[in-house]
Amino acid sequence: LSFIPGGLDCSISFVSHVLGKVCIHGRQKEILGVLVPHLTDLTKSDCIWQRICWRLVECVPDRWMEAVVLGFVQRAPGADALSRLLGNLVVKNKKAQFVVTQKMLLLQYSHMTAVLQNLLGYLSLDNLRRTLLLRVLQELLETWSSSSAVKHSPPEQQLYISKAILICLSHLKEPEIESCRQELLTSMMQGVKCHLDSSLPQVRRLGMVVAESISLKINTEGPVLKFEYEEDDETRELKSFLAQTPSSCDVFSIPEDDRSEKTNAALPVVSESKEKPHTAAAVMPDEELDAELDSDDDLIPYDMSEDKELKTKAPVYIRDCIEVLTGSGSEDLDKWEATIKALDSLVRKNPAAVREVSVELAKILLHLEEKTCIEGFVELRQRAQVAVLTTDPIPVAKYLTSQFYSLNYSLRQRMDILDVLVLAAQELSCPKFHGKTKPYGAQKTSIQLLPRSDSSKDWKRIVDERIKGKTRRFNMGQSHVELASRPNKFNSVAGHFFFPLIQHFDRPSTTFDLLGEDHLVLGRLVHTLAILMYLAVNTVAVTAMGKALLEFVWALRFHTDSYVRQGLLSCISSLLLSVPVERILADMTEELLETQSWLGDVVEKDPDGDCRRLAVQNLLLMENLKKKLEAIPS
Amino acid sequence: MALPPPDPQFVLRGTGAAVHTLHFSCGGPEPDIPLLFSGSENGFIHVWNLKTHRVDTALDGHGRKSVYCVRTMGDKDRLLSQGRDQRICLWDLTEGRTAVTDSVFTEHVGFCRCSLLKVAQGRWLMAMAARSLDEVQILELPSKTSVCTLKPEVGAKLGMPMCLKLWQFNCGSQPVLLAGYEDGSVVLWNVSMGKTLSQLVCHQEPVMSLDFDSEKAKGISGSSEKVLSIWSLNEQQNLQVYKTHELVNAGISDITIRPDKKILATAGWDHRIRIFGWKKLKPLAVLDYHTATVHCVSFSDHSNARERLLAAGSKDQRISVWSIYAQT
Repeated sequence: LSFIPGGLDCSISFVSHVLGKVCIHGRQKEILGVLVPHLTDLTKSDCIWQRICWRLVECVPDRWMEAVVLGFVQRAPGADALSRLLGNLVVKNKKAQFVVTQKMLLLQYSHMTAVLQNLLGYLSLDNLRRTLLLRVLQELLETWSSSSAVKHSPPEQQLYISKAILICLSHLKEPEIESCRQELLTSMMQGVKCHLDSSLPQVRRLGMVVAESISLKINTEGPVLKFEYEEDDETRELKSFLAQTPSSCDVFSIPEDDRSEKTNAALPVVSESKEKPHTAAAVMPDEELDAELDSDDDLIPYDMSEDKELKTKAPVYIRDCIEVLTGSGSEDLDKWEATIKALDSLVRKNPAAVREVSVELAKILLHLEEKTCIEGFVELRQRAQVAVLTTDPIPVAKYLTSQFYSLNYSLRQRMDILDVLVLAAQELSCPKFHGKTKPYGAQKTSIQLLPRSDSSKDWKRIVDERIKGKTRRFNMGQSHVELASRPNKFNSVAGHFFFPLIQHFDRPSTTFDLLGEDHLVLGRLVHTLAILMYLAVNTVAVTAMGKALLEFVWALRFHTDSYVRQGLLSCISSLLLSVPVERILADMTEELLETQSWLGDVVEKDPDGDCRRLAVQNLLLMENLKKKLEAIPS
Repeated sequence: MALPPPDPQFVLRGTGAAVHTLHFSCGGPEPDIPLLFSGSENGFIHVWNLKTHRVDTALDGHGRKSVYCVRTMGDKDRLLSQGRDQRICLWDLTEGRTAVTDSVFTEHVGFCRCSLLKVAQGRWLMAMAARSLDEVQILELPSKTSVCTLKPEVGAKLGMPMCLKLWQFNCGSQPVLLAGYEDGSVVLWNVSMGKTLSQLVCHQEPVMSLDFDSEKAKGISGSSEKVLSIWSLNEQQNLQVYKTHELVNAGISDITIRPDKKILATAGWDHRIRIFGWKKLKPLAVLDYHTATVHCVSFSDHSNARERLLAAGSKDQRISVWSIYAQT
């Protein structure tokens, strides 16, 4: 392809037609790969070539316009270049406008960040196009602040829209922000609410970052919205968009390098200048005193071996501990602290004494609040609670599960109850002997604590392990050491942990509504039940638990919260792994068949990626089961 | 084989409240009785007879508010006390009197002990924390005229002054003040000009107490953390860190260097009194008698060296008196 430099009057439209036809047939890469760099170079300084280029794209027939525009936006090396190539195409051509302002931003989300930068930068570079930029921002914000969008669109799309919003904001000038300040504020408030309501931490973080950025832009003076969250690569990248200046928008190399270049240039360097006067280096004492007669030598030191760190003594008896913790005087905060730190080991050393007062102790610990600033208070309290629960499981489990549904507890306390139940169940079912011997299965998969919402990742590992354990492998010898087996203490109490939790989930009380607002706790409850189910393998109650769990899952299977759905799918996994095959066959075939068709639906239609993966996993497990059943000679 | 630490020579009981401050007056010639003054949390100042180990007089001048500083001015008949009633009282104790002759209303609500310096016969300078949070005021006694106010510059953020020490390079020269502040710095002030001469950050936590040896131009400060900081003053009158010493337990309430500059004593929050050699800060002894925080330590001013004593007052309401390294 070589263009004729001279001949200003030659008709471009033929070329446009060719270009359009090629693009629509899917050959964008080939033709534009050559064309775009050429044109970029040629249009850099030459106005005539610019006009030629504009004519070229304007003449592409409407039915092929989308493919061409898409190709150009994707391939242009920068917003500047795109501006030179397309000119005001988006203003003049309705189809192009639709593609650029609607389709690429709201209906698609697979484009790379560099493409977004190109697109939005392009819109910002010309006054005629800036009105479009504002309109784009408004529509993006509408989507961002709509609660149904937040609930039902995949997290990847939400990330894409957030990025687009931030890039738009970085391009806006003061007067423009002024004109739409009120709208920005309203959308921000609405959007923040929907985002924070979500159970997925990624969505919450997106909401927080975008809201902070909007607040920064509209409040140039005065206090700015600031959230507390853990910074990670994603949040840092998002924030870097806001900090960039329009002139540094030119992308000339691979996007990753460029991003870091921009962040380095644009982010302000914070220099801490704390003036500490006269902190001169210490003068070495040795040199001075060498010459002098040391009269200190005639002072003979006394024995100082008793001089050790001062430690407040913790009480030695459990009942004393109870007294200290409930003491109204509580003048002796040192003793209180020492008690908290010693409680876990004390409980484990005195099981008989603890059994006498177990429920009382559990009650005290559940309501215990931090009086002084100890490091790791939450962990200490939790460890003590787990110790009490494992020492006297049945009454304490009864107490805790009943409190889970009682009035007037905070959400945090209810979730603490769930965490404690899980940890205790884990300990009871695979007892660790303080680091000396580690049972094979449990340690590999290290089920630590429940709390993270991305426990689904843990689950993937756990389920994978189980699957690995159950599939026969050839040519692999015994790779694990046989360890001394011990009775599974969880056997006798599994039911006590499980059934009370599952009983009342559909009965709302005044302060606690699992099926309503408190869907975060529901999500955690579902995950807890999944873990309890998993740990109940080989217990007597496992079949009854399985049946109850299946019913529970069936009732909630269409829940709108993706975290809850992930939990439900984990429940199915645990069920399939824990309940013995024969029992599944005997008691649950119909329910399982129904579940299978539901799983198929989830795989195809669920917007959340994790849910889909878990559903596929479950279907695989079911396949395995079927094979096993077929293998059994009946 | 090192000897176990000695026991207290005797213990004074009967204050009825935590002891916050101690001061000896034993320098007088015979037949003067050696005395120990103590200030307690119940507002009483007890005058202990060190021969009978009993209270001779109890002075009540601070409205039952804690007394946290007692000093004698010249001889045992002129006493100065500072209390939490925001007052500094001057007492005349001649011939058994127990009257407050004069008082200064400091408006200071903190715990900073004042510091006295004799500049001429019958004339004293006193440094005290004033009403404004970070200021130190210098008054002349007994006239109570203000000499100057030492105010840190704006933005210095030193916090409250925690401990003070007025001294002179040698007799007749300009008085200077060492002040330890809440932010952990020690500042050297020129009193007559009211300007800072030098500032040194010694600790990360508030400076709880300091003492200075004007002969060697070396000082020591203690804080609520585990570190003792020793610093020196060079010819240009700049403070420099000389050494630091790490303690076993955190928290020092009081530090005092013995008048012969051979040893020093620290009063610790861990109920222990520690003795160090002053030259190289060699740990010499750990005296573990008290059962609560030791608030103050004080060395006696006996003219006969062998009779020298160390006293410590504690929250457990007892005053322990020790005879340690008295032979050297």
